[in-house]
Amino acid sequence: MLADGAMGTMLFQAGLQYGDAPETWNVTHPDAVRTIQRQYIQAGSNIVLTNTFGGTRFRLAMHNLQSRVTEFNQAAVALLRAEVEASGRDDVLVAGDIGPSGEILQPLGQLSFEDAVAGFEEQARALVAAGADVIWIETMSSLDEVRAAFAGARRASADIPIITTLSFDTHGRTMMGVTPEQALQAMTELGAAGVGANCGNGTDELFAAVQRMLATGPSVPIVAKSNAGMPRLVAGKAHYDATPAEMAEYALSVRAEGASIIGACCGSSPAHIAAMAEALRANPAGLAAKPRSEPAPAETAHAATAATDERAARRAARQARESSSAR
Amino acid sequence: MSEDLSGIPTDELIQNMHDDLYDGVVDGVAAGTNELLRRGLTPSEVMNQALVGGMDIVGVDFRDGILFVPEVLMAAKAMKSGMEILRPLLANTGAEQIGTMIIGTVKGDIHDIGKNLVAMMMEGAGFKVVNLGINCDADKFLEAYREHQPEILGMSALLTTTMPYMDTVIKRFKEEGLRDKVIVLVGGAPLNAAFAEEIEADAYCRDAAVAVETAKKLIAIRRGH
Ligand code: B1M
Repeated sequence: MLADGAMGTMLFQAGLQYGDAPETWNVTHPDAVRTIQRQYIQAGSNIVLTNTFGGTRFRLAMHNLQSRVTEFNQAAVALLRAEVEASGRDDVLVAGDIGPSGEILQPLGQLSFEDAVAGFEEQARALVAAGADVIWIETMSSLDEVRAAFAGARRASADIPIITTLSFDTHGRTMMGVTPEQALQAMTELGAAGVGANCGNGTDELFAAVQRMLATGPSVPIVAKSNAGMPRLVAGKAHYDATPAEMAEYALSVRAEGASIIGACCGSSPAHIAAMAEALRANPAGLAAKPRSEPAPAETAHAATAATDERAARRAARQARESSSAR
Repeated sequence: MSEDLSGIPTDELIQNMHDDLYDGVVDGVAAGTNELLRRGLTPSEVMNQALVGGMDIVGVDFRDGILFVPEVLMAAKAMKSGMEILRPLLANTGAEQIGTMIIGTVKGDIHDIGKNLVAMMMEGAGFKVVNLGINCDADKFLEAYREHQPEILGMSALLTTTMPYMDTVIKRFKEEGLRDKVIVLVGGAPLNAAFAEEIEADAYCRDAAVAVETAKKLIAIRRGH
């Protein structure tokens, strides 16, 4: 199945100002949002995401818009639903997009698990009520936060399919240090309908993360949604380097590896999705354009260094001294 | 039971505090800080040798992918427990206050771990620091400028999409005729010196230590030393 490409970076091109909340455009510029979604549907996407990535009360609070969660999310679903209907296609799903809260959960940060669940539930309820076909939780980096988002979505609907992807952008792990294998296991246990990787540092690293998930023999469909390279600032605007041809090659290689839901993320455009759709159609499944490397070995514990060993030895000596002086 | 620190040689105690920072042992860092002060180290010696020294190790391992954000956050918490003890002492013994800095993460950006480290180190070096938090728009920087009359305006951005907002803030300071009254320092992982020059900031600071050095140097130049 082909998913869609970027929304946020497309909206910036359409005139959204850096720092402003993209979700407001569901109400203020509905045609701009619909035009992008129409182009993705025409390019061949079967799953299109609503413009609600930052649609939780946590993210909207940055703009003092936290009271408008329901309004923005319902409007977003209505816009996309209207585009899907206008296309006349019956093979396009409306995915209600949920992004990270931007907060760090307790005990490391301030947000309690229960408050996180409630915030995600509020957004998910609006998406479900307005008629989303699936809930799409993406760009996550903390397992606790995915669990909270998943629980919130489940409270909003007992049976809507939930897809979750994390962003493996820091030395092959998420920012919070979660490996692809750990993510897959945790999301499978939650009952996700699909698990995968999105955004990140371009196609090579995304490929590696997806490959590591697939190497464990997953029981759920695997999702790959890479960004079009890393942003560079060119004349005050963020510029992404990956071309449609490069994204097409990436689509073929993640499919050859076994990913079944394929799309793109930041910096991609309908042209990228069209090239990916074309390549996937033209090439019989199972053939990659170029062979890629063997999967990196799974890593579970933190990398050990000589310093790690020395530190552990010192800690053991301290504990021994403490227990002997306590006696 | 807490560790009895009195019999431990100072070098070893500092080493233990580095380990406690690395492992995020908040109590250990606080207890070590008190013990070093009791032994007569100055607050700034304690800060530099025990706390900053320990955070340097954490920083290197974070950069190399050995530690991840949860560990860095725990280490920052541990450092804070030491800094809370040192802060009032630094303010007393620092004799003259070197200067005032307002610092914030720019609009649209919520990354604050690095900015808070910079704020702590600047405080440690004897600056009065007004931390404006995250998601700061130009008005917030301007208001804080008018209220605190700082020598230094610090801005942090971690996203390619929020860096350009620094330019907006600097332009607003120019419009208000305030740009020349303040030293503008910028930092954050995606920035570089060329970007700082382009937006006409006074300097780009690669890390917190560089921020402290640069702030001191530019203030000295400005005061004609
Ligand atoms: C005088 O003024 C000065 C002077 C010096 C200054 C200064 C100001 N500011 C900094 N310095 C300098 O001194 C400091 C100390 O030495 C240094 O500060 P640093 O901040 O560089 O270093 C810190 C000590 C440690 N570094 C950090 O704290 C940043 C670490 C990483 C992992 C990171 C984190 C932790 C987070 N993140 Co985000 N995050 C990443 C980062 C990836 C990485 N591995 O670096 C990065 C920055 N994040 C990214 C992204 C994309 C995002 N993040 C997001 C969210 C988050 C968390 C909330 C999960 C969390 C932030 C928590 C917090 N309270 O700060 C989102 C953004 C939300 C928003 N609107 O801001 C989100 C957009 C993800 C999403 N899709 O939702 C990427 C940015 C890509 C880009 N170039 O644009 C990213 C590089 C990860 C990646 N590889 O993709 C120097 O730069």
